[in-house]
Amino acid sequence: MSLISTILGRLVKAVITLLAIAVLNFFLIHAAPGDPAAVLAGEAGAADPLFIEQLRARFGLDQPFHIQLWTYVKNVMMLDLGYSFRQGAPVIELIADRLPATLLLTLSAFVISLSLGIALGVAAAARVGRVSDSLLTTLALLFYATPLYWAALMAVLVFSVQLGWLPGFGYETVGSGYSGLARAWDILQHLILPAMTLGLFFMAVYMRMTRASMLEVSQMDFVKTARAKGLSGPVIRRRHILRNALLPVVTLAGLQAGQLIGGAVLTETVFAWPGIGRLMFESLGARDYNTILGVFLVSAAMVILFNILTDIVYRIVDPRIGAKT
Amino acid sequence: MTFWKRFSSNRGAVIGLILLIAVILIALLAPVIYPGGPWKMVQRPFLVPFTTDGFPLGTDTLGRDVTAGLVHGARVSLLVGLVSTLMALLIGVPLGALAGFYGGYVDEGAMRFTEFFQTIPNFALAIVLVAILQPTLGSITLAIAIVSWPPVARLVRAEVMSLKRREFVEAAHLAGLSNMRILVSEVLPNAVSPIIVMASLMVATAILLESSLSFLGLGDPNIMSWGYMIGAARTVIRSAWWLSFFPGVAILITVLALNLIGEGLNDAFNPHLRKGRT
Amino acid sequence: MSNAILSIHDLTIDLPRGADRPHAVEDVSFDLNTGEILCVVGESGSGKSMTANALMGLLPDGVTVGKGRAMFDGADVLTLSEVKKQAMRGARIGMIFQEPMTALNPLMRIGEQIAEVFEAHKLHTRAERRARALALVKEVGLPDPEKIVRAYPFQLSGGQRQRAMIAMALALEPEILIADEPTTALDVTTQAQILRLILALRDDRGMAVMFITHDFGVVAEIADRVIVMRHGLIVEAGMAQQVLESPQHDYTRALLDAIPTGKVPELAAVHAPPALEIRNLNKIYRTGGGLFRTGREVRAVNDVTLTIAKGEVVGLVGESGSGKSTLGRAVVRLVTPDSGQVLVGGVDLAALDTAELRKQRHRVQMVFQDPYASLNPRHRVLRSLSDGPIAKGVPKAQANARARELLDIVGLGADAATRFPHEFSGGQRQRIGIARALAMDPELIIADEAVSALDVSIQAQVLELLAELRRKMGLSILFITHDLRVAAQVCDRIAVMQHGRLVEVGAVRDVFHSPKETYTRELLAAVPGAKWAVDTAVTKQGAPA
Repeated sequence: MSLISTILGRLVKAVITLLAIAVLNFFLIHAAPGDPAAVLAGEAGAADPLFIEQLRARFGLDQPFHIQLWTYVKNVMMLDLGYSFRQGAPVIELIADRLPATLLLTLSAFVISLSLGIALGVAAAARVGRVSDSLLTTLALLFYATPLYWAALMAVLVFSVQLGWLPGFGYETVGSGYSGLARAWDILQHLILPAMTLGLFFMAVYMRMTRASMLEVSQMDFVKTARAKGLSGPVIRRRHILRNALLPVVTLAGLQAGQLIGGAVLTETVFAWPGIGRLMFESLGARDYNTILGVFLVSAAMVILFNILTDIVYRIVDPRIGAKT
Repeated sequence: MTFWKRFSSNRGAVIGLILLIAVILIALLAPVIYPGGPWKMVQRPFLVPFTTDGFPLGTDTLGRDVTAGLVHGARVSLLVGLVSTLMALLIGVPLGALAGFYGGYVDEGAMRFTEFFQTIPNFALAIVLVAILQPTLGSITLAIAIVSWPPVARLVRAEVMSLKRREFVEAAHLAGLSNMRILVSEVLPNAVSPIIVMASLMVATAILLESSLSFLGLGDPNIMSWGYMIGAARTVIRSAWWLSFFPGVAILITVLALNLIGEGLNDAFNPHLRKGRT
Repeated sequence: MSNAILSIHDLTIDLPRGADRPHAVEDVSFDLNTGEILCVVGESGSGKSMTANALMGLLPDGVTVGKGRAMFDGADVLTLSEVKKQAMRGARIGMIFQEPMTALNPLMRIGEQIAEVFEAHKLHTRAERRARALALVKEVGLPDPEKIVRAYPFQLSGGQRQRAMIAMALALEPEILIADEPTTALDVTTQAQILRLILALRDDRGMAVMFITHDFGVVAEIADRVIVMRHGLIVEAGMAQQVLESPQHDYTRALLDAIPTGKVPELAAVHAPPALEIRNLNKIYRTGGGLFRTGREVRAVNDVTLTIAKGEVVGLVGESGSGKSTLGRAVVRLVTPDSGQVLVGGVDLAALDTAELRKQRHRVQMVFQDPYASLNPRHRVLRSLSDGPIAKGVPKAQANARARELLDIVGLGADAATRFPHEFSGGQRQRIGIARALAMDPELIIADEAVSALDVSIQAQVLELLAELRRKMGLSILFITHDLRVAAQVCDRIAVMQHGRLVEVGAVRDVFHSPKETYTRELLAAVPGAKWAVDTAVTKQGAPA
């Protein structure tokens, strides 16, 4: 299969998945206790029966069930994710507003965790059985067991409150009037702690995976062939072991994208990072279901997009995929 | 070497087991140690740890004993972790087994379904489920189970697919045994070890998920949990660090113990795959 | 010897603590001479591969050289520094391995992997390396060299990959080539080609070859000298002809005797009603296919018709991919054929529905290839043997008694019933597999490569058991094998399969001595040591029994 037809196939699947999530959302609204109209209105409209009645008409909630479903899904597909009465704005606008911050955070965390994880995994595998390896694996084990939000809180406590090295709150210094490079620098400083804490867990995951995979691949026959050729250790590690060992790591990284988004809800909550995760948290308290479900849908869309990207990367790295069947 | 010998030769696994037994004991004995429960205000608020006898870990914003909270919180963590994992196994094992064993359209359908659930960001789905169903112990457990089963299904499917091509399974077909009997008595028993390993790691993940939900305020309001304690203390982190610190350590220890046990089980089940340890 | 290029003295290789013996090889001494092919022969665990790995400095973790020297060009290769070893590997001693699939890096093009040898030794420019890789690909006889250098390993066949491996090993014209079972994973015709290639390259380049194998047929084909190893010791050494014709050591003799020879049994033609009738059987595999493309079709079984008489053993031979396994599986309905009939005792197994099939399953039973996968590791042997009969309706006590009786018959003793499979060796497990098949009282047994995974000496024992059971019980057997020598030993008739079709069916004697089809002739010619086997067969037959 060519790359283009693969991407096309994946896109078709992505649209189907999104449709399915929209349907799921619809059923969730109806599963919530109480009147769906009240659910859609959130707390804000709960008091006003007339308002609820208007909503009912507007969302076709007086219509038969399948028509309601159709209306809902059609709206979602046209990017109408409903209206947040709590925030007084269409959900899609709220999300669009917050999305860049989340993208910045999650992508930074992803890059940090993947590059550090692979580097440390390679280092540990190269020193297998020695003290430095045990140290690294123990650290990874610890990070792997640490609740993300707690790590975030402790990072704030240590690096922001105690040491005062980095800001522990927000996206940029409010009212600083920075622009251009100065602003970028300011944002970067704010980014470090959230991105590091979000990346920490995943770094541990990738490190363990890389280490195990490196050790496994280094037992394979073709590594022996490479040694029989007279290649040096570093070349064998880089060209033969690492390249093959990275395949499962890439697969895992693709699968983990969803968890990164989930982690963003926690990290953004702790650091008051103005992304869609924080938006979700705020909406939880306000029972703003429209926004919650909207964020859910958009984050799923992000994950799907990301999975397509990893698929493409995988095909580039591994010549066997796509040619085999 | 016996299984137990292999397991106990792994130092980490033994430490994990001891830690877990300690946490289980604490959870079981909570009503005995702190019969008054975790909600009672017993001292003045913001009591600093290690300063007052009887309140070694201090008190929280409302003067509740942090130690009592930790001890009672262990119950929720373990309960939710265990029950949600069992539920996830109940969904994932049959689904994966049928998909792997029968292949074809059954497999196609089951795997599309699994893939769908795996694509959805699982923590976000858990949040949505708990928010919509209202936070109770039941809805939290259910939500965690719903987001945790897909890896089980995939694992079991892969195991069954590889096992069903083994010659002993083909021999069972030739012996005239029924498909169900072959699946249940020939195939699945040979897939038990990886399932057990995964389950022990899933309990750990479930505990993290539960605590994360509670942290966001999506915990059962009637039950004290570690995540709730941290969430409630989040805003006072600058003045009362211990309120978030100790519950976090409790989660860390429990999750770490389970992960160590999982790794130990994995090594003990696959003695030939042990690498990098001496 | 004066022209020894490599002299090994008292080599001892230590195994890690906890292994089943302290040394992989012990006090091994031998010379390798310029321009000769030295075959190191032994069964699994004899230490032959370890010796080769020690020379290359490629011993697995935990395995170390205990003592000894291996003198090559005035230096001991066992004690060279890692840097010097690196300089030596590939440049002065080349090596090829058993599994050409896994021995190549799946992510690198063939050309890159060959050119890498020059890079490792800092020779030539990039363009020159590429040109030389291309020249090497041509030299080892790979078709369409321009395409091959750009191909990835998965795009090549097994034989092509082994040629690519040889190209790599020979890139720097090493004085010594170590070949570790390089043809074991290949089909006979491919094996014959690779052996010819190695012979030709040796003649052209005058290099010394240390050729490790378990197969005396291969020895007869290419060896100048032979070393026979057992349990880490050299038990016999000598010129190839001498060892083959008059082996001195009992073990060598046992190994040679164990080899199924070209000896053709004279068996009376069987005029009994058929145990199995296959009529116009077809099975097509469709691979790939999907949303955007159509799949490929492989006719695994193409209009096959074959009859096996009661009490007859028919050998089904062919190379991998010939469809012989699919045919066997279609007969037992592990594979459902697309069309055609499989008549056993008047029942067409191919036409039965699932429920009806389950009741008729007992008519045909199978003995499988892999003794380690063919028994459920979690069930005691008794259960593996009695589950089937009990499901068939035999009372439990009777089924259990019969199971014990059968275990006794196959030479394991009734006590074996209460043990688990892991307590048995490969050969013993194969006996259990035979007992399991017999427990169902089948009208026909399919033996699918039933002895292929065993060492020759064990192989001989299992074949003997089959022959004995057949005499006693009058079994009808469809014996599927890639090994013509084995087929010749146990079968009455031979069916040769190629590309899903039966190309020739006939009495063993006719097929072996006067094959009608070109393919059969090719196949027979490719059998390693074919000529030698026929010669020995003559001498053996001539000798008084």
